[in-house]
Amino acid sequence: MRVALFVTCVNDTLFPRTGQAVVALLERLGVAVDFPEEQSCCGQPQFNTGYRRETEPLVRRYARAFHGYDYIVTPSGSCAAMVRDNYPRIGARAMSEGRDRGLASVAESVVPRTLELTEFLVDVLGVTDVGAYYPHSVTYHPTCHGLRMLGLGDRPRRLLEAVRGLTLLDLPGAEECCGFGGTFAVKNEAVSAAMGADKARHIVGTGAEAVCTVDNSCQTHIGGTLSRLGAGVRPVHLAEILASTEETQW
Amino acid sequence: MNAREVVLGRVRRALADVPRGEEPEREPLERGYLESHQPADPVELLAENLADYRALVHRATAGELPGLVARLLAERGASSVVVPAGLPPGWLAEVPDEVRRVADEEAATARLLDGVDSVVTGCAVAIAETGTVVLDAGPDQGRRRITLVPDHHVCVVAVPERVVDSVPLALRRLDPSRPLTWISGPSATSDIELDRVEGVHGPRRLDVVLLGA
Amino acid sequence: MSGGTYLGMPAFPEAARAATRDERLRGNLRHATHTIRDKRARAVAELPDWAELRAAGAAIKDRTLRHLDGYLERLEEAVTAAGGQVHWAADAAQANEIVTRLVLRTGEREVVKVKSMATQELGLNAALERAGVRAYETDLAELIVQLGDDLPSHILVPAIHRNRREIRDIFAERMGDWGRPAPEGLTDEPADLAEAARLHLRQKFLDAKVGISGANFMVAETGTMVVVESEGNGRMCLTLPETLISVVGIEKVVPTWRDLEVFLQLLPRSSTAERMNPYTSMWTGTSDGDGPSTFHLVLVDNGRTDTLADEVGRQALRCIRCSACLNVCPVYERAGGHAYGSAYPGPIGAILTPQLRGVDTALDASLPYASSLCGACYEVCPVAIDIPEVLVRLRERVVEGGEATVGGTRVRIRPARGHAAERAAMRAARWALDHPGALRAGQRVAGRMRRLQPRRLPGPGAAWSRTRDVPPLPPESFRSWWRRTRGESGEAGR
Repeated sequence: MRVALFVTCVNDTLFPRTGQAVVALLERLGVAVDFPEEQSCCGQPQFNTGYRRETEPLVRRYARAFHGYDYIVTPSGSCAAMVRDNYPRIGARAMSEGRDRGLASVAESVVPRTLELTEFLVDVLGVTDVGAYYPHSVTYHPTCHGLRMLGLGDRPRRLLEAVRGLTLLDLPGAEECCGFGGTFAVKNEAVSAAMGADKARHIVGTGAEAVCTVDNSCQTHIGGTLSRLGAGVRPVHLAEILASTEETQW
Repeated sequence: MNAREVVLGRVRRALADVPRGEEPEREPLERGYLESHQPADPVELLAENLADYRALVHRATAGELPGLVARLLAERGASSVVVPAGLPPGWLAEVPDEVRRVADEEAATARLLDGVDSVVTGCAVAIAETGTVVLDAGPDQGRRRITLVPDHHVCVVAVPERVVDSVPLALRRLDPSRPLTWISGPSATSDIELDRVEGVHGPRRLDVVLLGA
Repeated sequence: MSGGTYLGMPAFPEAARAATRDERLRGNLRHATHTIRDKRARAVAELPDWAELRAAGAAIKDRTLRHLDGYLERLEEAVTAAGGQVHWAADAAQANEIVTRLVLRTGEREVVKVKSMATQELGLNAALERAGVRAYETDLAELIVQLGDDLPSHILVPAIHRNRREIRDIFAERMGDWGRPAPEGLTDEPADLAEAARLHLRQKFLDAKVGISGANFMVAETGTMVVVESEGNGRMCLTLPETLISVVGIEKVVPTWRDLEVFLQLLPRSSTAERMNPYTSMWTGTSDGDGPSTFHLVLVDNGRTDTLADEVGRQALRCIRCSACLNVCPVYERAGGHAYGSAYPGPIGAILTPQLRGVDTALDASLPYASSLCGACYEVCPVAIDIPEVLVRLRERVVEGGEATVGGTRVRIRPARGHAAERAAMRAARWALDHPGALRAGQRVAGRMRRLQPRRLPGPGAAWSRTRDVPPLPPESFRSWWRRTRGESGEAGR
């Protein structure tokens, strides 16, 4: 089984510890993981803002970088959803415009192999108890693309529930968007901030020490809002909780 | 070019991607939904669902019906009642003569009906899963306005004959060429804070009598 | 008296910003949308075959749209055979002109109206007023909007932005200007408010000679029209007047009588969260001695064929106007309906308005961005309109331009103004992302400069850092860490 990490541009640049946690976790579970350096960004910011054609070279780059791997594992629900939902659309549109007939098959080739981290753990490796130890109270915010586009369901929860020492606290209104939405956060700053403030209020209300997600892009918004409010709740990616053990606190 | 040709021409140009000669009726259409949700006791479910939306539900045998109808009108203090032309005469047999009978006819205008207290009708079909009675302007139901303007409607549903489980089964029994009114409880609105309250323009009291053996 | 107008409204972000500061509006919307949200979920959960009904609803609508010309011709034939008269309108001006002419021909100067999204979209009331015809809205929420000289802000409940106390005040102050005044000592109990509306409108219903409606569905096979409602005002307008004029968008046709079995299950549970709405009226042409003796059907295009011409955007025409997408939308809940600047607010409005009206104005070009793409709207849509997919498609039309159909003509539209800097930034970002070596170098520079990172960003970044701290830059990117600790091993498998 050849497994590649698609770390995502956000994690690469701003949250390298999340990528390092995925590597540590997978190696602990006996999975050798590669990091093909040709990878960059899935193209979601461009695509979702309307620059579909700017996305096409990134689709090709993604397929090239991960050619030959059985699984492409990524610690981001929204980047996985971008590949699985939108790559085929980008390919089909290019074909219908009579421009790049090859792009469609290139795009399709990565769809079944691209998995969000919790899908890989639960569905491929068949584990929910990854042997993690995290002695903190945590509340979980299911990010929208993981929840609705990928249908992650209760996978993240089951993984969290199996972590020793962890107290999982219910988040009211959990399934409501945090208000990030990529460029939405700046284009509609007022509404985005209002949504973020409500999300932060719910998080603080749980009394948890940390808020966990499977998407660090949403976490920049949630964490940035909490930090500005001086709330003292720290944002943490699920991979970092799962990578933690008695020996190594992530 | 008239507007009709303009609009149809635009539609055809917009659908340039649809293969010529594609016949929609020949394309398969997946109807994976259920024809009925198989309620254990459709009449019981009808009663429950009607009551849930604030209709008052009663049961009567043929022998008990005239007494019940008389009581329902009396409770409401009705001094007049509209009678569809084909309403079985026995249904009003015990309603006192002082209660004025108003015939459903051309001359019974909305303005005239506004002065009438109640109306008694049968129904074409009742739907258990939704708690709905459907009127099709049949002889025991009359014109649409007679069940609209008076503030009190007594609707008699023969059970189990007139009851179907579901919306799909109801549509199969109904004739689209007739004017149809589907009634699920008394008039209501959700327009104030999206919360339902009963009683706006239609009859504010709906009595449904389940007429059985 | 025709109420306000959407003309000249600011782009969505500015209007929404003002709404987020209106505490009362936010409270009213939060209360109403959350009330209906949970109820809808329960009503839907009662049906184990909801997913199949939803798929069938989408499939029937798609089939209809793919052959819309044939179904419209069949409908016209069936309605005509049943004694109705069919008229066609390519745009709002034509539709309003037809309706005005039909009303004036009766000699009447007053009409009663059932709530209709199509006539809101067309601005029919204002057109009638210009011709000296007064249109009385009879739906409770439309009445509240009309009496308050206000604009609708929700598809199902146009006065959702008003709470019971505000409604009481509007009734007490304004009913007298339009007819029977509100009763003395009117309270803000919903039952009392409903009673006040009943008394106010009663004489109008009894006297009305002309009724105007829309329709939820039109059956091509039989010529049957369907109106779904709750209060009985619809039945009043559809059955008591001598003349009935129904103004309906061409996408409201469904092929067969049987098809109603799908939509009559999907619509009530999605909109008012009921198993069935209190009243549904179905009529086919005219009936002797029962209901209106004259029936006119006005079929309206007004941008629908332009929408139909886009293979991705076309799915917006499946919409059955249930408003479930509004009720779950976190953006709608905070921005309110008026910010969308059209009769169609919320997620469905954000994809319908820019297709019906085009993306020429700053407001219309801003609508596709009025979403965080969270997908809650798609999840609840009873006809499975992938609203996020269409939003992204329309964003593309805004920033890249390209082929589109406008007013029935195929044109190449230019990218909207005001996106030049963004476009350049997107190109630059794409270039860097397509050159990982350059990306790594950039990350290294940023890592070294991270002590200089400001807490609040300048320029466009200010919109981020006004309410959110910027995450601290790490000393080393993942890419550099991997290379430092794993050497070239990541490339080993190549």
